Amino acid sequence: MTERKSDSHELGSHPDWSPPASTVGVLGWMRANLFSSPLNFGLTALGLWLIYQIVPPIINWAFIDAIWSGDSPDACRNEGGGPKAAACWIYIDHWFNYLMYGLYPKTEQWRINSAYILLLGGMIPLFIPSFKYKGWISVFLLFVFPVIAYFLFAGGSFDLAIVETPLWGGLFLTLVIAITGIVVSLPIGIVLALGRRSDMPIVRALCVGFIELWRGVPLITVLFMSSVMFPLFLPEGMNFDKLIRALVGVALFSAAYMAEVVRGGLQAIPKGQTEAAGALGLSYWKTMGLIILPQALKMVIPGIVNTFIGLFKDTTLVLIIGLFDFLGVIQATFTNPEWGGFHTTGYVFAAFIYWCFCFSMSRYSMHLEKKLHTGH
Amino acid sequence: MIGAVILGGYTIVSNTLANLDKQGIASGFGFMDTTAGFAIIMHLVEYSEESSYGRVFFVGLLNTVVVSVVGIIFATILGFIIGVARLSNNWLISKVATVYIEIIRNIPLLLQIFFWYFAVLRQLPGPKQSIELFGSIFFNKRGLYTPNPIPDDGFGFVWITFFAAIVATFLIRRWAKKRQELTGQQFPVFFTALGLIIGLPILVFVAMGMPLYFDYPALTGFNYTGGMVLIPEFICLALALSIYTAAFIAEIVRAGIMAVSKGQSEAAHALGLRHGPTLRLVVIPQALRVIIPPLTSQYLNLTKNSSLAVAIAYPDLVSVFAGTTLMQTGQAVEIVAITMAVYFTLSLLISSFMNWYNEKMALVER
Repeated sequence: MTERKSDSHELGSHPDWSPPASTVGVLGWMRANLFSSPLNFGLTALGLWLIYQIVPPIINWAFIDAIWSGDSPDACRNEGGGPKAAACWIYIDHWFNYLMYGLYPKTEQWRINSAYILLLGGMIPLFIPSFKYKGWISVFLLFVFPVIAYFLFAGGSFDLAIVETPLWGGLFLTLVIAITGIVVSLPIGIVLALGRRSDMPIVRALCVGFIELWRGVPLITVLFMSSVMFPLFLPEGMNFDKLIRALVGVALFSAAYMAEVVRGGLQAIPKGQTEAAGALGLSYWKTMGLIILPQALKMVIPGIVNTFIGLFKDTTLVLIIGLFDFLGVIQATFTNPEWGGFHTTGYVFAAFIYWCFCFSMSRYSMHLEKKLHTGH
Repeated sequence: MIGAVILGGYTIVSNTLANLDKQGIASGFGFMDTTAGFAIIMHLVEYSEESSYGRVFFVGLLNTVVVSVVGIIFATILGFIIGVARLSNNWLISKVATVYIEIIRNIPLLLQIFFWYFAVLRQLPGPKQSIELFGSIFFNKRGLYTPNPIPDDGFGFVWITFFAAIVATFLIRRWAKKRQELTGQQFPVFFTALGLIIGLPILVFVAMGMPLYFDYPALTGFNYTGGMVLIPEFICLALALSIYTAAFIAEIVRAGIMAVSKGQSEAAHALGLRHGPTLRLVVIPQALRVIIPPLTSQYLNLTKNSSLAVAIAYPDLVSVFAGTTLMQTGQAVEIVAITMAVYFTLSLLISSFMNWYNEKMALVER
């Protein structure tokens, strides 16, 4: 302060003054973002109170009070027999194999693991920007991998033992349903979207009817339909597996949603593109396959990923028609008389796994959205 | 192609008829008049085990509608609060809202329903150790027991006053709008309406000598009797649906408010509008225009998701009709078709109502 008095009388340049301490640094940030007004002050207090109410009990439950070691459920119980008010992680440890693979025979589980490795190995190059053969890898993942996986999982050829689908379960079954749904629903969705924009009235009416009907009803009714009505539609003696019926239901259901996403992309392509392709003498399929769809699909990738996330969450519904997906096996462990009562632990674990999958997919979609946003 | 569709349809129909014939299952809708013979734990209309399957259908439909409407109301309120909180200047509040959204959105709804039902509501104390509120509301694993208001003679007048007040408010609003257009003078419509709709019925209520008494729940033996009871399945489903859908609505609200450019509120301030009127007259109407279409699809999703009730045995349409009734009669084709048709109609109703509202709110272009 004394410096200022002496300096201010002289002409010439002066060094800049640092801003007031209360507007910069941590203090300034807190003032601007947490305590700028009485209302804001109150909101901060409310936020702190909420965090205080929620976070410490969760940390206590999941880490501090939790039971980490032991090999029998008794370690997780009080004297009286009821479960303790803390996470019982030995429950997860005990059931881990069942939660991951269901009743799939232990000696055959290498088949599932090798399919996982194949899938991951195929997916990693897709995330490397400089990798050249992404197209071929995608074709392999979309068309070749499902065939290999089918022969691996079901067995019956190449000297592999047959594993009946009722034995499939756990996270493995969830992934089978989700990936099949994703792989099947995208092409059907594209065809439906093209059909909806077709000039042929009957094709258009059929597509509109299919899409709107499927979108207007809950997935449960579709699954009920596929489990009780499909068998009636088939000729005598022909019988589909329960898993295949559920897969058909899930795939058709998400195809209808996919069709609407793709239609959004198709509508955003200016008409000049189609006309220009026509002027070059391209046929309808060439126009669509080479000009329109590549642009349209690129535009709606975030929407497609969001549909995938929805599909992934919806796979849990198959437990209602009696399949043992990841949530289904968790429910099944609770009926075990020895291990009953650890609902919270089981659900929190399941929620964590589902959250990891969905959250990473949504982050990836946001990343793509930013990358593909080439507009102004 | 058309030939293929017709041929496919013919094969399906003939296969179905042959299969039904073989299994000895009747077809047609005659079963709707047959006695159902099972009890339903929650029914808003008269229902007993002697009632017909048609009645079961009606009870289930009402339960679906009730849980959907309750869910929609709470999801909208919660969603708007969280959406606004996400945009708050307060860093802490906006982070709390973000964490809520990111956690809830990415966990399957069915898992959340199971969590609330098996891990929370089922673990509540039994009737004897109920959680007590104000000495008259009891919460235990059998449900939420509240006093049941029973109108006495003369309560009808309160209803009449209430509806008359709504009509009067409507007329006053029209008159006030006209007057403002002609003279520029404003009339405090909101406070007048508040006085009319809430104050007047209370006055009449007191003047009539308070013709209302409460039926309090009381512990008799092992359970509470009397009063009004909300079954845990209903509470759980409504809670899970609201919490889940609110996360999606919050994102929609945030996008809608962000879509209104800052210049709009700055211009309104420049015209001399204070903060409240700016929000009410300038920002919210424009944000609603962006919010309504995706909000509609969230309402539709909530209604369709209410069918997850079947997993915790809340007696909704899918649970009692497509579940129990189907198992008893075996008439899969008719029952699944009716159920799908009902959801389809509900979807159409909600979307046409929201379209109408959207048109009303839409920009009038000249």
